[in-house]
Amino acid sequence: MSSAAGTWWVRFREERQSQFHEWQRSAYAVFRNPLSVVGLAIVGGFLLVAAFGPGLAPYPEDAAGATHLDRKLTAPSAAHWFGTDEVGCDIFSRVILGTRLTLRISLIVVGVAILVGVPLGIMAGYAGGWLGELIMRITDVFLAVPGLILAIAIVASLGPGITNAMIALSLVWWPGYVRLVQGKAMAIRQEFFIEAARCVGSSRWRIAFGEVLPNCASPILVKASMDMGLAILGAAGLGFIGIGAQPPTPEWGAMISAGRNYLPDRWWYATFPGAAIFLTVLGWNLLGDGLRDVLDPRSRL
Amino acid sequence: MKAFLIRRFGLLLITLFGLTVVVFAVSHIAPGDPARLAAGPDANQEQIELIRKEFGLDQPLPVQYVTYLGGLLRGDFGRSIRTRHEVRQDIRDFLPATLELVFFAMLLAVVFGITFGILAAVYRDTWGDHVLRLVSIGGVAVPMFWLALMLQLLFGLWLNLVPSGGRIALTMSPPTRLTGFFLVDSLLTWNWPAFRSALAHILLPALVLSAPSLAAVTRMMRADMLDTISREFVINARACGLPERLIVAKYVLKNALIPTLTLIGLRYGWMLGGTVLVETVFDWPGIGLYAVQSSVSSDFLPVMAVTLVIGLNFALANLLVDMLYGVLDPRVRQT
Repeated sequence: MSSAAGTWWVRFREERQSQFHEWQRSAYAVFRNPLSVVGLAIVGGFLLVAAFGPGLAPYPEDAAGATHLDRKLTAPSAAHWFGTDEVGCDIFSRVILGTRLTLRISLIVVGVAILVGVPLGIMAGYAGGWLGELIMRITDVFLAVPGLILAIAIVASLGPGITNAMIALSLVWWPGYVRLVQGKAMAIRQEFFIEAARCVGSSRWRIAFGEVLPNCASPILVKASMDMGLAILGAAGLGFIGIGAQPPTPEWGAMISAGRNYLPDRWWYATFPGAAIFLTVLGWNLLGDGLRDVLDPRSRL
Repeated sequence: MKAFLIRRFGLLLITLFGLTVVVFAVSHIAPGDPARLAAGPDANQEQIELIRKEFGLDQPLPVQYVTYLGGLLRGDFGRSIRTRHEVRQDIRDFLPATLELVFFAMLLAVVFGITFGILAAVYRDTWGDHVLRLVSIGGVAVPMFWLALMLQLLFGLWLNLVPSGGRIALTMSPPTRLTGFFLVDSLLTWNWPAFRSALAHILLPALVLSAPSLAAVTRMMRADMLDTISREFVINARACGLPERLIVAKYVLKNALIPTLTLIGLRYGWMLGGTVLVETVFDWPGIGLYAVQSSVSSDFLPVMAVTLVIGLNFALANLLVDMLYGVLDPRVRQT
């Protein structure tokens, strides 16, 4: 079994040798840029904390609404690095346990956006015609309002809550990918290798997803990295205004919203969850920036 | 250019029409019953039916949509199910506050963003350039509502330099309403105390709202300046012995501004969205805060109205940007 898998891997590598070289070169270029390395380190740390959160948090039971009224709203100390909240829960533990939730929300939002937006974008850009026109008009409608506003409208209708906030963000996130991929696909349509594929009798679907899609992969990857950061900001924003995650869910935005009531004296409550958001978003942005410099240098900014 | 603008305007109308459909559909996908929500927990079936009739919720959906669209064309956004106020009146009260905040923030972002971008490009790879780059990378990543809280905490509550919320001091009556912009109205009526108070109140919210856009404009401007500065016509101008100051101010800047202009148009819409968070933190009585308060109690009509007003605003801003293109770039005028 293992040797069969081994030969498959060797054959795969041989067939795609040039691509592997390309990837190696890209990885090398990413590692040469100090800001990308910082971004990669932050994102790596974020993923590790999300994976092992319950083991790392000193008071894991504090994420699920435990109460310790004897130590409520205490300042940061050796026992509680980020202080405690109004029911005595350890804010450091809640920030750590909120990481997994944040990762899940941003992965779902960006994942749905890619799954919906990319095929529509390829259809609009490669196939064109009335269908392409229709897709782009609908996309324009969704891009006509800032995503956060439309998301608020959707949550206002569905009712507050973390699931509804995720649905709302997913519903407003896909149009950006349609725009991006449509532009790319229109440009690729003119290339010789598409002509060649058509000459050897490839079907439209095969060209669309076998030739056009792989050539859109770099900008999609760059946008996805940037969007991970933006989706985290969006979810935290909804939590902050009170229509996203509801207490006692350890969601960073909702924690800041609760901590806001205890300013200015209990400054630690709102400060540390916000710093966690800032650091995480910064990591994804730096990584996205670095990837763009390497993979897609012409579309800077 | 004219044909292009006419086409753009036609597309704008189609998009806005589509937006009404989307917003209407969104507000009716709800599993909950708005009439039951509005009637309160103690209402009996009869009272709920009464509210349903009052707001037209007993009609079939297409009829409700046509009624809604007809109202919109007359400028009627319906009534809030929570406060029973005319939404149109509420928007008229709250919109100027939001626009004043966004215009002020945009002014900060454009003036400082372009200045910083030019300086960073002219003095590239000096320590000043590196500091600006780091700050602008951070500026895009910082959660706006958190930055708002931190600045409010620092400058408003701890240092007591500026007020921490509201549009004008509570002890002061707002200036006579002419435009609805407190800064403009107080200037027009020579009301200095009101002007000072309004300026002190707008500084922090505008600064926070402009921060991510300021960062984006700085980065864009720097990149475009560097791109333009290495073009042949600049080398030619240098070879002709034109002073560097003139080259940068007259030739490089004008060419580098064109892509930045698109970004500014996009950022305008983005700022309108951001007001939701900033107004919540600073108790700024604008449409963003209004939308938040309505959305928390599932009051759709105000949320729909705010969405449409922001969509219209954004669309008009982008149309304006397209028209400005023609002024800045003669090549666009011909097509």
